[in-house]
Amino acid sequence: MFYREAGDFKTSYASDNQTFPIKFDRYRYYAVMFVAFAIVPLIINDYWVSAIFLPFLIYSIAAIGLNILVGYCGQVSLGTGGFMAVGAYGCYKLMTGFPEVNILVHVLLSGGVTGLVCVLFGLPSLRIKGFYLAVATLAAQFFLVWLFNRIPWFYNYSASGQINAPERTFLGVAVTGPNTEAWASYLFCLVILTFCALVARNLTRGMQGRQWMAIRDMDIAAEIIGVNPLKAKVSAFAVSGFFVGIAGALLFAVYLGAAEAGDSFGITKSFLVLFMIIIGGLGSIFGSFAGAAFLVLLPVLLKNVLVGWLGWPTDMAAHLEFVIVGGLIVIFLIAEPHGLAQLWRVAKEKLRLWPFPH
Amino acid sequence: MPDQLVFGMEVFLNGLMAGVLYALVALGFVLIYKASGIFNYAQGVMALFSALTLVGIMEGQVPFGHIINAVFGTEIHHFGWHVPAFAAILLTMGVMVLLAICVQKFVFRHLVGQEPIILFMATIGLAYFLEGVGDLMWGSEIKKLDVGLPQGINSAIDEATLGMFGYGFFIDNLDIVATLIATLLVITLVIFSQYTKQGRAMRAVADDHQAALSVGVSLNFVWVMVWSVAGFVALVAGIMWGTKSGVQFSLSLIALKALPVLMLGGFTSIPGAIVGGLIIGVGEKLFEFAVGPLVGGATENWFAYVLALVFLVFRPQGLFGEKIIERV
Repeated sequence: MFYREAGDFKTSYASDNQTFPIKFDRYRYYAVMFVAFAIVPLIINDYWVSAIFLPFLIYSIAAIGLNILVGYCGQVSLGTGGFMAVGAYGCYKLMTGFPEVNILVHVLLSGGVTGLVCVLFGLPSLRIKGFYLAVATLAAQFFLVWLFNRIPWFYNYSASGQINAPERTFLGVAVTGPNTEAWASYLFCLVILTFCALVARNLTRGMQGRQWMAIRDMDIAAEIIGVNPLKAKVSAFAVSGFFVGIAGALLFAVYLGAAEAGDSFGITKSFLVLFMIIIGGLGSIFGSFAGAAFLVLLPVLLKNVLVGWLGWPTDMAAHLEFVIVGGLIVIFLIAEPHGLAQLWRVAKEKLRLWPFPH
Repeated sequence: MPDQLVFGMEVFLNGLMAGVLYALVALGFVLIYKASGIFNYAQGVMALFSALTLVGIMEGQVPFGHIINAVFGTEIHHFGWHVPAFAAILLTMGVMVLLAICVQKFVFRHLVGQEPIILFMATIGLAYFLEGVGDLMWGSEIKKLDVGLPQGINSAIDEATLGMFGYGFFIDNLDIVATLIATLLVITLVIFSQYTKQGRAMRAVADDHQAALSVGVSLNFVWVMVWSVAGFVALVAGIMWGTKSGVQFSLSLIALKALPVLMLGGFTSIPGAIVGGLIIGVGEKLFEFAVGPLVGGATENWFAYVLALVFLVFRPQGLFGEKIIERV
């Protein structure tokens, strides 16, 4: 009833090829964009931005990046935290080295640098497969974090070993540093997220995405039908690294403001982003959003319920969170290996017939 | 003899001992992987969990005491008894068997036939779950574990080397005991898998699930058994590491150290796990000794992984692993 293809006639190739070919999807997309850009910035305050919106936006970018690598190309990576650190430290070096250049350029450039590093660590994927590769990416995680902790050049020889984001403006409005308005940092991240999601969505729909999926499903067979595994795998690592690097840069510059490689970009971060895409749905852009939202909201919710209402000590709530997240991962893998995205797909199927099922 | 060489030899010996401990964790991985094709990321957390349970039982701690106190406002922490180490180890083993049955019944039975990478991710979820349960059950503070293993410098080696090189080597008694126990464990495991009926069933399942099933081997039983044996290995590793550095969260991170050991040795080989452990143990200690001071130290954090990564590029199946054959 609400969700149907009937009566939605396509009269040109362009309209047949558009990102959301079904009217309901398209209008929903416009509505979400309208709310996100025009309404949310007017009503949010500091708490909402720092507790929910910023982490959601930033982790969504990271999840999209990792989803391209794991969900679309099938190369499992446990090095996300390390790659985010590359983005963060790259952004820091650029921000302090070239203060006159626009922050947006810095963020995108640090994404590019991360892409290169990611390719470097991804090259062995041509020889190493499956969880051998997953373990090999741990090398990236530990090596990169160690590098940023031990080589003083990366944190500009500061005494604490931390990096601090200086104040930078975008179109005359501060987006990093202590004087940032809540709505400004929100909008800045939202614009970048929208850009990343559009790029990712269209990459995965096109030839590149099909090559990745062919490699994921069976790399030898893909090679035989003419997919170049070197190009496909390296491009997946590069694109994934680009997004993950942007997420790392934003996490440091806009959200945290100060970071230290071991604390902010440890192995737990790698697992967090991996869990997001498992719960959200492997091989789905919408799933990246859903997973990020889920894992950002869950701790906030648990903290409010357990600590706020029941008066439990915070450390116990944190342990319970471990139990719940771990349990959910297992439950999702058993019951719905395709994650929240699949639930959404099923819901749409139901909506097509509702309220008049056969 | 030059000082550097003597120091190097001491580092080498200590590396060997550390390697044995890595190999101990790696063994648990190999067992499960061989029998069920599951790469069990939760092995390290199992070691942590078993060590926590052991301490908890020995001290007579009330399980979930913190939650009970928080929910009902009571103030109970201990039953007030102390269980002797041997009985506590047996009880902990019982808990690990129970855990193996639960894992098999509630998780992996529902995941039969899934891709290996899905199973791997399920074990990551399991690791988080167990870690949370362990902390909720027994509390998250650092605990001391003492089951009566000797500790401290071995004076015999110290004196012998002092006489020989004019410099006493520092070798921990605990490391020597760990080496002995690990050797014993490996011999037991080999005898078990070669000469007992259950061991043969285990090897049959490892070889071919369906063929084993068709000649009447119960897959469920074998898998529960393998998880129990892995739980036992985890318990041994937990006791060793727990005695060495206290029972704490970082114990679960040794699992991560065991991963490069496995990759180096090959996932399917028990000797591989041992040799890989020794190579990694010696390699990272010597590297830290020789190169560490030049680049700012703490190279132990990443050396093992990078070594394994570089090695795998040239030999993807590891030292002793079965050759990977791919077909369309």
